[in-house]
Amino acid sequence: MYRVVKRRELAEAIVLLEVEAPAVAKKAQPGEFVIVRQNDDSERIPLTIMDFNPEKGTITIVIQEVGYSSALITRMQEGDSFVDFVGPLGIATEIENYGTVLCVGGGVGIAPVHPIARALKEAGNKVISVLGARSKDLLILEEEMRAASDEVVIATDDGSYGIKGFVTHGIQSILDKDVKIDCIWAIGPAIMMKSVANFTKPLGIKTIVSMNTIMVDGTGMCGACRLEVDGQTKFACVDGPEFDGHKVDFDLAMKRSAFFRNEEAVAYDKIKCCQSGKEGK
Amino acid sequence: MASKAPRHEMPCQEAEVRAKNFNEVALGYSAETAIEEANRCIQCKNAKCIEGCPVGIAIPKFVKQIAEGNFSESAKILKETNTLPAICGRVCPQESQCESKCILGVKGEPVAIGRLERFAADYEMANGNSKYEKTASTGKRVAIIGAGPAGLSCAAELARAGHAVTVFEALHVPGGVLMYGIPEFRLPKSIVQQEINNLKEMGVEILVNQVVGKVTSVQELLENGYDAVFLGTGAGLPYFMNIPGENLNGVYSANEFLTRSNLMKAYDFPNNATPVKVGDQVAVLGGGNVAMDAARTAYRLGAKDVYIVYRRSMNELPARAEEVHHAEEEGIQFKILTNPIAINGDENGNVKSMTCLKYELGEPDASGRRRPVPIEGSEFELPVQTVVVSIGQGPNPLVTTTTPGLELNKWGNIVADEQTMATSIPGVYAGGDIVTGAATVILAMGAGKTAAASINEYLKTK
Repeated sequence: MYRVVKRRELAEAIVLLEVEAPAVAKKAQPGEFVIVRQNDDSERIPLTIMDFNPEKGTITIVIQEVGYSSALITRMQEGDSFVDFVGPLGIATEIENYGTVLCVGGGVGIAPVHPIARALKEAGNKVISVLGARSKDLLILEEEMRAASDEVVIATDDGSYGIKGFVTHGIQSILDKDVKIDCIWAIGPAIMMKSVANFTKPLGIKTIVSMNTIMVDGTGMCGACRLEVDGQTKFACVDGPEFDGHKVDFDLAMKRSAFFRNEEAVAYDKIKCCQSGKEGK
Repeated sequence: MASKAPRHEMPCQEAEVRAKNFNEVALGYSAETAIEEANRCIQCKNAKCIEGCPVGIAIPKFVKQIAEGNFSESAKILKETNTLPAICGRVCPQESQCESKCILGVKGEPVAIGRLERFAADYEMANGNSKYEKTASTGKRVAIIGAGPAGLSCAAELARAGHAVTVFEALHVPGGVLMYGIPEFRLPKSIVQQEINNLKEMGVEILVNQVVGKVTSVQELLENGYDAVFLGTGAGLPYFMNIPGENLNGVYSANEFLTRSNLMKAYDFPNNATPVKVGDQVAVLGGGNVAMDAARTAYRLGAKDVYIVYRRSMNELPARAEEVHHAEEEGIQFKILTNPIAINGDENGNVKSMTCLKYELGEPDASGRRRPVPIEGSEFELPVQTVVVSIGQGPNPLVTTTTPGLELNKWGNIVADEQTMATSIPGVYAGGDIVTGAATVILAMGAGKTAAASINEYLKTK
């Protein structure tokens, strides 16, 4: 099966898992994702690839506990297996020498930014990374991002580390130094990607975002992941997940993401009640 | 004469009971009924029914064995030509195939061939112990892309011929539309899995979670030791109406809706983690079998009013008569000669209604059906909270766009020789919905079988 060979807690409720999936690892490119199922009753959920090692035959994913399925996965230990691990899916990031690029990651979104930053640097770009987190102890993968970047700017909401404020403040601090930015990749919560896109639009800086929509199959057969880009309906799983951030209808995407909120809460309660039961003993 | 006896009715779950559960609706013949029905067959010398079967089952022969009470023998005859009889007996449109040619149908009712096929296959599954024998190996390897009806029937034929067959399936279970599309209440998933297990016993290797076009490609398969490839990737790309409001919350493609409910078992949420949500009022757009499946599923998921919204009349519904009849019995409401022009949402982006137009039928169009013409000023609003778009599917481009040199038609379907199923690439064959566009399970199985015969010939020359 798809065995977890390494587990590392990156921050509270954020876990890194290195998973044996040789066929996926052989083909994986930055920007692509996998669809996983933890057990036979599980739903299929998409996770962006954080790292890949073709020699070792492994894919690394980073996941934050936000509901039932992610709770199951963050509780997995080394030696546990996924029943299904499908990929690589989606269209890979277009890696070229653009000049100076910004790689912006918010929260757990720093993980998918990592392979993109590394590949852009290998392609000869000057890579400046802007990492955002609510507070210092929730900032993940700082070391890895420093290794993949020429420069790293950190912003925390509470000011406990780096600049106090959001990633947009981090981007502003780079602009203040009169750095000419050729292209930006921004990955994180939809609200963060929306604010980055709104911030860069008047400046005319090309901004690419990676859309984390609801998905089922991840191969283009259902349209659960559809979104509107420049007024056109697109399927994030096969047409993306990366899109021009200035053309994405983020408000629609956020509403669609919230559709199953009540059901998600019902499922999550199931695992939380088991857990509290255990603690009670 | 026995043939004047009426055709035996299929016992079914009562409509009011079944509309609230996912158990199989049609319960199947008892042994006694099956024998009586089989005895209606007059055993024509020149049996027309066989011509009506896309895979050419020796129908009088298998029916005769049922009439004589030799059920296992009957199943054996079926399996000589049909790999998945328990499935075909359930989902084939027999009224337009084998049963449409039955001579008894001229003056009365045709023999219930489909029900008898189902009976023999089910009997064999429950009581039989006939093992498949593996054929001596030819040393040749064939890759099948897609584990739907076309791929599975092609795989079975090739395994019988002694080739090593590997099936590559993108989803986490094989079966294609049999697993994700057709609901449990029409085709129990345990039956599909048993039929597939039979193939595995024959030596067919099935690899799931393999998205060809991503994790590997047709070229790579040919370079890595496969002597031939069969493409049976189906018609899995959902079409939408392209009307305003189609991306609102509560609008599903039939593929998404049925995949959630069937494949992911969302009807059993939260025991299964995949959710599906329906409002009190549900509109299903379209009039085919998929639309009937979606509508009947919505009702079982707890909707109070389920509407089939179809722009032509009852006479033009493309769905099987039996499915329409079942749907009506279960309380599905047919809003015919009606078509939506917009879906309207509330402030949270959830569907609250559809704006529709009434239609009347005009002159026949290119398809020979009378063209629906909107009636001016007939606009009205239909309150619904869920819309399932079921207006057809196109070919999924994942494989076709990653296979250079593969000739496609203007709709994106693979161009394959009608006789041999050969594509523009030597050694690569294709069949089923990826070639014809969305059609039936049995036509796909027939195409898989034909392709297997061509692949056999091709491999002799290699």
